[in-house]
Amino acid sequence: MRRALSPAPIAIVCVLLALIALLAYGLAQNEPDRGVDEALARGERSAAPAFELPKLGGGGSASLADYRGQVVVLNFWASWCKPCRDESPLLERWHRRIRDRGATVLGVDILDVTGRAQDFIDEYGLTYPMLKDKDGEGLDKFGVVAYPETFVIDRQGRIAAVARGPVDDAFMRRNVMPLLERS
Amino acid sequence: MRQAALILMVLTLVALPASAVAQDCPKTTLGDIEDEVMCPVCGTPLGLASESPQAQDERAYIQDLIDKCRSKDQVKQALVAEYGKNVLALPGDQGDDDLGDVLVYVIPALGILLAAAGIAFAVVRWRRHETQPRALAGTEGARLDDDMERYDL
Repeated sequence: MRRALSPAPIAIVCVLLALIALLAYGLAQNEPDRGVDEALARGERSAAPAFELPKLGGGGSASLADYRGQVVVLNFWASWCKPCRDESPLLERWHRRIRDRGATVLGVDILDVTGRAQDFIDEYGLTYPMLKDKDGEGLDKFGVVAYPETFVIDRQGRIAAVARGPVDDAFMRRNVMPLLERS
Repeated sequence: MRQAALILMVLTLVALPASAVAQDCPKTTLGDIEDEVMCPVCGTPLGLASESPQAQDERAYIQDLIDKCRSKDQVKQALVAEYGKNVLALPGDQGDDDLGDVLVYVIPALGILLAAAGIAFAVVRWRRHETQPRALAGTEGARLDDDMERYDL
């Protein structure tokens, strides 16, 4: 006949399992949200997450809703990010090209020192609007894990394309130009 | 002679406050701060962060503030202004998650207690098992009895 287990080992095993479950939950929480990529892979456009952030140079805040009706090239960057340095002149060139056609590049400086971000903007002569995401709210909402990352948002506020890494002219032509033509 | 003494006195008076300030600075060190703040992008305390550009940038920013004679609390406040409250690494520093702050200390303590209880339990069982005389199997016991009788021990 099998001997019944005493309560002490059962309790110890239960608590250890609970600790392991807590660890697994913590790891799962750190997984980036890839809902946008999955929707795009299915050929669907999901609504861009709403956010409101302070303007980088001061002077109030702005939200994504403020740009509804425009095509928005939403670019997450930081001054310490080397690929962002390589990409910025291209984004500025495209901003100048599209700004009179109901579109804009919108920069979001993430987890960065404001003074250095301002130096970066001055160095590259960036004229597109800039917001500051000091505690990385956008990282979670958009599932940003690398720098830079760019989301192309259509006039209805839906994400039409994403670049997890620096963009190039081919990406901009392929994903931004068609949205401008449908205006 | 009196002029020289006067000039010396004035120079001493001017130099004293400057040297006093110099003795007060720096008020803290990078090493003292980097274990208490996070590298927000790396997701680890800054002291454990690698030589990533973001960590290096944050260290340079902290060093700038130290060079400007900021205290540890002032440096932390400046970091919160730039990176938000999540930059603070120590439980309790953020001040808005009491349960989380308690759990940070309780869970490791609970783990250690459980491990100790498990080891103690295993040791007690093992010792009890060792001290109990081992019962011989039926045939072995009978053969031993036969041997004892045969040798008249």
